[in-house]
Amino acid sequence: MPDLSIEFCGVKAPNPFWLASGPPTNSEYQVRRAFDAGWGGAVWKTIAHEPIVNVSSRYGGVDYDRRKLMGLNNIELITDRTLDTNLKEVARVKKAYPEHALFVSLMVESTREAWHDITKQTQDAGADGVELNFGCPHGMSERGMGSAVGQVPDYACMITEWVKEVATIPVMVKLTPNITDPVAIGRAAVQGGADAISLINTLNSIMAVDLDTLAPKPSVRGDGSHGGYCGPAVKPIALNMVASVAGDSQIRVPISGIGGIQAWQDAVEFLLLGANSVQVCTAVMHYGFRIVEHLKSGLEGWMSEKGFSTIRDVVGRSLPRIKTWGDLDLNYKVIAEIDERKCIHCGLCYIACEDGCHQSIKWDRVPMSDYLASNGADAQAFRSGGMEVFPGAGGDVVNVFTVKEEICVGCNMCSLVCPVEECITMKEVETGKPPMSWNAYQALLSAGKTEKIEPPEHV
Amino acid sequence: MARAGDRLSPAELSRNFADLPTPLTVDETLLEASRCLFCFDAPCTRACPTHIDVPKFIRQILHQNTLGAAKTILESNIFGGSCARACPTEVLCEGACVDHVLMKAPVQIGRLQRSACDATTGVRFFEPGPPTGKRVAVIGSGPAGLSCAHELRKRGHEVVVFEARDVPGGLNTLGIAAYKISTEFALSEVDLVRQMGIELLLNQRKSGAEIKSMLSDYDAVFLGIGLGSTAPLGIEGEDASGVWEALDFIFQTHTKAFSDCEVGRHVLIIGAGNTAIDVATAAHRLGAGQVTIVYRRGEEAMPAFSYEYELAKGDAVRFEWYAQPVRVVEHDGVARGIEFVRTALDDPASRSSQLRAVAGSNFVLEADMIVKALGQEPLLDLLAALPGLQVKGGKVVVDPATGATGVAKLFAGGDCLSKGGEIVDAVQDGKVAAWGIDAMINHA
Repeated sequence: MPDLSIEFCGVKAPNPFWLASGPPTNSEYQVRRAFDAGWGGAVWKTIAHEPIVNVSSRYGGVDYDRRKLMGLNNIELITDRTLDTNLKEVARVKKAYPEHALFVSLMVESTREAWHDITKQTQDAGADGVELNFGCPHGMSERGMGSAVGQVPDYACMITEWVKEVATIPVMVKLTPNITDPVAIGRAAVQGGADAISLINTLNSIMAVDLDTLAPKPSVRGDGSHGGYCGPAVKPIALNMVASVAGDSQIRVPISGIGGIQAWQDAVEFLLLGANSVQVCTAVMHYGFRIVEHLKSGLEGWMSEKGFSTIRDVVGRSLPRIKTWGDLDLNYKVIAEIDERKCIHCGLCYIACEDGCHQSIKWDRVPMSDYLASNGADAQAFRSGGMEVFPGAGGDVVNVFTVKEEICVGCNMCSLVCPVEECITMKEVETGKPPMSWNAYQALLSAGKTEKIEPPEHV
Repeated sequence: MARAGDRLSPAELSRNFADLPTPLTVDETLLEASRCLFCFDAPCTRACPTHIDVPKFIRQILHQNTLGAAKTILESNIFGGSCARACPTEVLCEGACVDHVLMKAPVQIGRLQRSACDATTGVRFFEPGPPTGKRVAVIGSGPAGLSCAHELRKRGHEVVVFEARDVPGGLNTLGIAAYKISTEFALSEVDLVRQMGIELLLNQRKSGAEIKSMLSDYDAVFLGIGLGSTAPLGIEGEDASGVWEALDFIFQTHTKAFSDCEVGRHVLIIGAGNTAIDVATAAHRLGAGQVTIVYRRGEEAMPAFSYEYELAKGDAVRFEWYAQPVRVVEHDGVARGIEFVRTALDDPASRSSQLRAVAGSNFVLEADMIVKALGQEPLLDLLAALPGLQVKGGKVVVDPATGATGVAKLFAGGDCLSKGGEIVDAVQDGKVAAWGIDAMINHA
């Protein structure tokens, strides 16, 4: 059985699945329920000296053709509870759950005194670490906090330094994605003494506009404001940012990966790209704390299958494979292959290729009788009222789609739209040429050692 | 003969004749719409005789453009609402659906189509074209005739529709099981065509001679006359009281209150087509104690679609296979049952395999109501009065591309071509003929 336990900048946790700072970590009641459910750690929802006042409503969702909450955004602010209440509850939870990691997210006005005070009070309450919220893009940023700090490297460095002046526990800095390159802020945080980095916070967003009332969503008496976007839709953005921070030679601190994790595979991808732990919020808001069970079981199963015994073995495994485009091999080639026995004749590959890609799929309307003559055994016909019916056929013809191998550029699109598992696969074809990246190609070209690559004839 | 109301309360009857399948709820509609893969050159569209752009209307439903969805449907098929209810979708659009293979269950296209059409009842989608000054007579206000009339009005031609009965809509209004298409709904669809500005005249049964003379009074005539009465059994005692024609039995469920409909305690239905199933399920719903469908061939050769067969089995309808009626058993002119003889045949799956009576196998099934569901016969006398009209095997012959008969200016469509097809086929025939008429008029 693989060991899921981790040690994250000196803090031990039974597994790498932590709750991100947010609504699910608002209170002792919730964090106790989370730890009982099996979460390895939690980052307490951002506390401050004074409770804020919230608006109603607060969240907006993006559905995708009837699947709910591909994305979620919020205009909720940091804690609306008193510092005293929060810290008493932190202390009780930590006492009751000594084996679990409990960080507390902090956000105060940008003065040394304020940061010193809240840091000291938090560590006195028994927190394992603090997370500096330099990320929230809404509300607090207008007051000079959150992403207003996280978007300016000097501020991020300075505040981290202030906290580190008094901190006796690890200090994690949470980065905003609302910036051109998170590495700059990551470096600044590390320069300021950060012990760990977490990312990403939410993306700035306007969720939607109500087409009846013309009001933005979420709506507060008909008005709206930009809010923080999260959920499964942001994962690829988060993965890129985690990989870029993890791969930076100047940022040598543990990373907690955040952004759209809902399935165990998402979590593994963050680990493979250099995260030492992961944090989850939206999926818990959607389904509850119970999802940690399948996160753990999926991770365990995968680790067993792949022969990984500890999380440490997994972390960063795929990071060396993230390269610049110029390092990719121009002489590697794949083309699509359609398994006619699995094809259901939906034509999605064809129209995607024809209109959106490279016109490399051939479409034939084959008369039913001809099709049956060559594919009889595979045709899934049924009879009703004396009629023979062939799903996928219609009007006595079957659409047959074949890849034009000579012009297929191997873009993957057909295999991405195909609704049938393993029906369209990309197979490698031998080009007979040695690997050559763009960078190598440029060098060879300028040295006059290679011919210019001509555009393909069919374009 | 007993009335249904003697056995069942009005509430029970109305429950029995509630829509089947039930309309989808809003959530069911959206979820079902999300299953559609949005196929390219979609098999469902190709399989639909009227070529409704199914993926398009389903996507319009999914993205909550219900008006657009209904327009997509009705553009191809003005009887889209009826077809959504009564089409044998399992062998048409849904039979072709690729989800049959992928998920072992097709997208419920018929029910989605119904959702869209129902949500837009009363909306006016089409306007008549600019007047051409040409007049077309349409004989019969069934789906073929009205679909033809609708297409002609879109193109600006004047249309007069002559209906023999006192209710418009033909079999669409009267001849489909009431739990599939209610009379009220069928008439609302007639109104979709009526609002295009047609003249619709009821109680206008036309003879062949009258139709012939219309050919000189109108720029074109469309023959959408359907078929005549049910084929006779050709056996002794057929005229006894208690022996019904299938369509008469169905008609009563549309023209009377359910409680006034007549139904036997033991109902015997001769024939195993889709109309026989409509009769059987209606009889069951009207409170018949026992309903038996008798077919001279076996289960494998039955003409009813699987969906219909399952429906009947679910209604506890009994099936008696390999039995051919010999005579109606009667007493004082009242039917008491039928004497049958067992049949044997070489190929049970074939509907043309020669039947042999098994000697000495005669048996009697008792019944107080006997319903003949052998299919309708063509109106041969009427057709014979139209010189030059080609009729083959009881079917009027037309050019499939234009609906034109061999007689100048005479077009035809619907059941008089097919000897009994689906509503959707009739609608397409009407469209094709309208295009044929329009082309003829424009080139004259």
